[in-house]
Order: sequence, then C-alpha cells, then structure tokens
Amino acid sequence: MSHSSSWLERFQSGSVAESPVGEPVQHFATTNHNFGGVRSDSGLSFTRLLAMAKKEMIQIVRDTRSLGIVVLMPVVLVLLFGYGVNLDLKHMPIYVVDQDGSQDSQDLLKRFQNSEYFDLIRVVRSYPELVRAIDDGRAKMGLVIPWDFSQNLRTGAPVGVQALIDASDDNSANVLTGYAQSVVSDYSSQVQLQWMQRRGMTPPPPVLSVENRVWYNEDLESSAFIIPGVLALVMSVIGAFLTSLTISREWERGTMEQLISTPVSPMEIMLGKLIPYFVLGMFDAALCVGLALYWFHVPFRGTFGALFVSSALFLVAVLALGFFISVIAKNQLAASQIALLATFLPAFLLSGFLFSIEQMPKIVQLVTRVLPARYYVSALKMIFLKGTPLRMLGGELIPLVIFAILLSLVATGVLHKRLV
Amino acid sequence: MNNGDRSVVVRDLVKRFGDFTAVNHISMETRNGEIFGFLGPNGAGKSTTIRMLCGLLTPTSGQAIVAGYDVARQPESVRQNIGYMSQKFSLYNDLKVIENLRLFAGLYNVPHKILRERIEWALDMANLKGQENLITGTLPGGWKQRLALGCAVLHRPPIIFLDEPTSGVDPISRRQFWELIHHMAEDGVTVFVTTHYMEEAEYCNRLALIYRGKMVALGTPTELKQESMKGDLLLVECEPLGPALEALQGTPGVLDAAVFGNSLHLVVSEAERGAAQVQQLLASRGMRVSKVEKIRPTLEDVFVSLTTERSRTREGAA
Repeated sequence: MSHSSSWLERFQSGSVAESPVGEPVQHFATTNHNFGGVRSDSGLSFTRLLAMAKKEMIQIVRDTRSLGIVVLMPVVLVLLFGYGVNLDLKHMPIYVVDQDGSQDSQDLLKRFQNSEYFDLIRVVRSYPELVRAIDDGRAKMGLVIPWDFSQNLRTGAPVGVQALIDASDDNSANVLTGYAQSVVSDYSSQVQLQWMQRRGMTPPPPVLSVENRVWYNEDLESSAFIIPGVLALVMSVIGAFLTSLTISREWERGTMEQLISTPVSPMEIMLGKLIPYFVLGMFDAALCVGLALYWFHVPFRGTFGALFVSSALFLVAVLALGFFISVIAKNQLAASQIALLATFLPAFLLSGFLFSIEQMPKIVQLVTRVLPARYYVSALKMIFLKGTPLRMLGGELIPLVIFAILLSLVATGVLHKRLV
Repeated sequence: MNNGDRSVVVRDLVKRFGDFTAVNHISMETRNGEIFGFLGPNGAGKSTTIRMLCGLLTPTSGQAIVAGYDVARQPESVRQNIGYMSQKFSLYNDLKVIENLRLFAGLYNVPHKILRERIEWALDMANLKGQENLITGTLPGGWKQRLALGCAVLHRPPIIFLDEPTSGVDPISRRQFWELIHHMAEDGVTVFVTTHYMEEAEYCNRLALIYRGKMVALGTPTELKQESMKGDLLLVECEPLGPALEALQGTPGVLDAAVFGNSLHLVVSEAERGAAQVQQLLASRGMRVSKVEKIRPTLEDVFVSLTTERSRTREGAA
C-alpha cells in the first residue's frame, strides 16, 4: 500500500506529526523570495463565504434524502406528538362490583360517571369478573362497593370502598388514585353534611381549604406544552444531525483535500456550511410553529420576536455542536450516531420536553444544566404559555448565547488544527 | 496577482509519519515556466512532497519556498498562488460542471468583473464548452480530469501542482491532457507534476527520480539517459529467460541485469566486449541466443539501474 494513499486516514486520526521540538529546522534567506506579493487577506472574504454557502445549499437541495428530512420531519414529528402523545388521563375505563346495590352506592357511582376522568364501563356481578377485566386491560380500575356500604353510612360506622388499580404504568396509577380519592372524599363530605343536618346540627364552617386555580395552561392540555417542545427536537435534528455529516462527508469523498488547497479559511468553511442549515432550521421552526398555532390551536401568548431570538440562538448552538462532531468524527456513520446521542436523545429525555426536570434525580438535574435544549424548551414554554417578554428570558437565553459562542469557537479551532 | 515568482525551491525537505520517513532530505529547484516531473513508484513519497509544497502537510524539517512563500509559515499565501489537483478526483460529483467552476472561482476570490470571462476561458481550455450543465459525476474520466485542471487554474496561478493527473484515464485523453499541460507551460506557468508512467516522464522538461523517499537523480530526460548509466546497455534475446538471467547476474563485467518484456537488458562496462562475453557464456550453458545488441537506454532502464544500485548499497550497509 502506498503511504500516500493512507494519508487521509493519518490526517483524520490526527497522527500527522507537527515539527518535533528539537528538530533543527533550517531557515535560510526566506526574505530573498519575498518581493511583497499578495499577502493572504486575513479575515473573512465575503466572496469565498458566499461560494461555500451556495455550494452547500445546492448539495442539500440536490440530495433528496436530506431534503426529505428537512421538509417532512418537522411535519411528521408535530403530527406524531400532537396526536399520538397524550399525557392527559381522561376517560379511564372502570369496572364496578356493587355488592350493596343501594341508592347510596348508586350516588357514589354517579359521581364517578360524571367525572371526566372516568368512564364507568360496566357493573359486573362478581369479584373474579372484575379481576379478569383488569387483567386483560379492559379496565384501568376496578371499584368494589361492599354489601354493608349503605348500612354503615347510616350508622356512622367507618366505610371502605376498595379500588383495584392497574399500576403497570405507575405514573398514571398515581394520578388515577388521586382522582378516585378526590371523588370519594367529595362524596364523603356530602354524606357527613347530610348526617349532621339530619341530626339538627349546624355544620362547622370549613377550617381551611385550598382552592386551585390553574394558570398558563388552564385546560391542562398536554399538547399545549408538548408541541412547542417538538420545536427543540426538530431543531436538534436539523441542526446537529444534518450538519454532523457535512465535514465527515468531505473527508470521505476526498473533496476536502481540494477544498483546503484553496485559500478558504476554517472560519469560512464553517460559516459557509452552517448558513444554509441555519436558513433551513429557521424554516422548519416556522413550519412547526405554524402547525402548532393553526392546526393544533396551541395557545400562543408571547411575541414572535422572542420566539425568533431564542430559536435562532438555540439553532446556532446546535449547529456549532453538529459541526464540531463532524470535525472530530472519522466518518459519516460515527458522526451521525454521536450527533444523535449528543442532541436528539437529551432533547427528547432531559430537556423537560416530556418529563419534568424537577422530578428527576438531583444528579440528572445537574446534567441537564449543560444541555442547550433544556434552556430552549424552558424558554419556549414561557413564551408560548406565559407570554414572557424577551427581556425576562435572560435565564434561558444567556446560557444559550454562551453555548453558541463556546461551541463555535471550539469547532473552528479543532478544524484549524486538523487542516494545518 | 503574483509578484512574478514562479519558482519552487526545496531544501532538505523531510516528512516523517511516526517511524516512517516518507520524504527523506529532498532538495531541488524549479525554473520558471518549466514542466518539472516527479517520477517514482507508488509510495515513493511523491504525493507527500506535493502536499507539503501545497501547504497541506507541515514538513518535519527542511524548507520549501513556493512562489516566494515558506510553505510551513505562510501556507495561506502559498495557497493563493498555486493550483492543485489531487491524485484522487476531488471535485463535487453532485454539482454541475458550471457549479464546480463557480465554486472554485469564488474560493479563489476571482473578482466578479472577470468571473464570466475566466469561466469561459477555463471551459474553453478544458474543452467542455456546451457541457456546463452536466452533473460532474456523470462525466467520463478524461473530462473530469480536464475539469479538475480547469478549476485549479481559474485564478491564473503562477505554479500548478498536479498529482498523478492522468492515472486511470484512457491513452487518448492522457495525450490531450499533456497537450493542455504544455499550453500552460508555454504561457509561463511552472508545472510540477508527479507520475509513475515512464512515457509521460519523457514529456517533462526536467525530472527528479524518487525512490523510497529519496531523490536518486535529477536532470532532463536526455541527461538522465546519458549520464546516469554507468556503462552501455545491451538487449539480449535468449531462451530460456529465467536461467539466463540467473547465470548473467553473477558474471563479472555484467553490472546489472533485468527482464524487460521477453528479453533481458544488461548493463556492461563496454558494449563490444560485453556482448562477446554474454554470447559465449550463454552458449556454453546450452542456451539459445537469438539477438545481442547495444541499445539506447529508456528512462525505465535508468530508473531500474539507479534503484537496484540503491538497494544493493543498502543491503551492503546493513
């Protein structure tokens, strides 16, 4: 094998030796050769930048796969999450064994039926029948009203209603338990009230009560915070996943060698490559927002200015991250996998998009602090649901600015080292 | 755009990759407007040298001045004054011909005013007029090479570096390509070209023979053929070839022996005496000799002679 053909591999693995220290480098009259010709024009050349950006744009548009990702992915993800992911527990099917069969037990069951959280599917005769319904998933909850329910209510003896809950999903089981308890306790206080009134007692005034008022997402619709969160997901994919391929592709195809034999600088290569992706990323953001507002009617209380600024900052941060991955990865496959691990998964799991950061273990909460997606998702929720103005988004936007600057600097620095 | 310096000056250039010395103390100097050839087998260090001269690799030691700029310290200035065609075709296959040209014109900062004229000129030179809108990947090999050259010279550099520009191209396209190179040189461009085709080396004004990272000879093709051989060259046609070569290799007076096609080339200190000696020896072994004659050495003979000498001294030293 010729050593020259393996040059790119050496180059890529970074093993190309710099001039070793202590090696005598002979410098002879260099000045004799310098007649003051054209010096390298330092700084950015607009012509070169434009040439790079145009070329990159043509390549994206001509590559049907990446174009498909750009256009279809946001639509698919928004629809998928808009329709498919519903974290609201409503109309949960319940089965009942009513051993008592009295007016009182009917009253209680009516309360369950009137709640939007439960659907009373069936009243069955026996306990085993109830268990079967839960086993095969027809019922999420089973209620057993004991034979002495009504009798005990009248005598004032303690009364128990048994609830069997399918806790294969422990989160929804908890929520369901809460709902069931509140239905039962509402009923219980009404019974108490009636009991006292019947005995001519004036009911004690309520000592303390909590009145909940839900703000920002009054209907507690999960789509109202999930769909804005999809923006973060889409931008991560466009920003990091697509760009992660751009430099490794140039190395793989051998075009990088021709590119770096021209006067183009690392900064020009990076900006020239990222500008088209920035445009596409913002286009996708607009697409997602459009779908969210006009298709899913997600409430939007903020300003488009705030949305634009925070999206642009996040996009720059993920673009720089993708570019950085592209520079260090040896091939396109490795690059895309690293990009997926570094951006898509955190944006999915740790950004607060689906799972609340406050409920994560302390150590994981710390990890989320170094994720740009976390700040972006937080900013999105504030803009969409609270209408937080730009000047009050400092806590979210300043970290994004820091990420954007830091990652860009590191990426160009690494590329520079690789080229010379 | 250049001060007029079209030279490449190399002093004691060394490149090591770990323990492997790819380029071992090479020194040379080109003359303005000449075609300077680097001839050697694959892996001899030609591409590594050319990459250092283009500022793509940092020399381990030594110095190279291209168009007046030090490649290690002013690689950016070097890149503005050269055109480079890498060994592997490395334009963008998914761009159209015209898009590749526009890209490189932009990267070389060709001023907007003269952009159209330059691109026309490059298309004309590369004989690609009318093919502007073809996707580069669909072009035949020879066309691709011409387009690559066109892209490398859009900024009219004083020096161009071509790394095996004709490898994998059919003979007719290869000849066309060399005509292009000659036109460039006539315009005053210094052309630095590597090749492992002996017949191509004949087209160069001057040649450096590279073997295992070292420069073993330097001169015009004629000089090399006349001066590098120590003795005369004999062509011997005989049967059977293998045993004849074995017998001759040990014979005093035969400096070198090698198989060339279906005959042997022998280097002897003096043609007439050598020929008689060979005839006699082979006849005494019962081999049939159909022809022994003195011939003019080709570059290949020179190369074989110089490199076997090298390996012999190497073995002797070890």
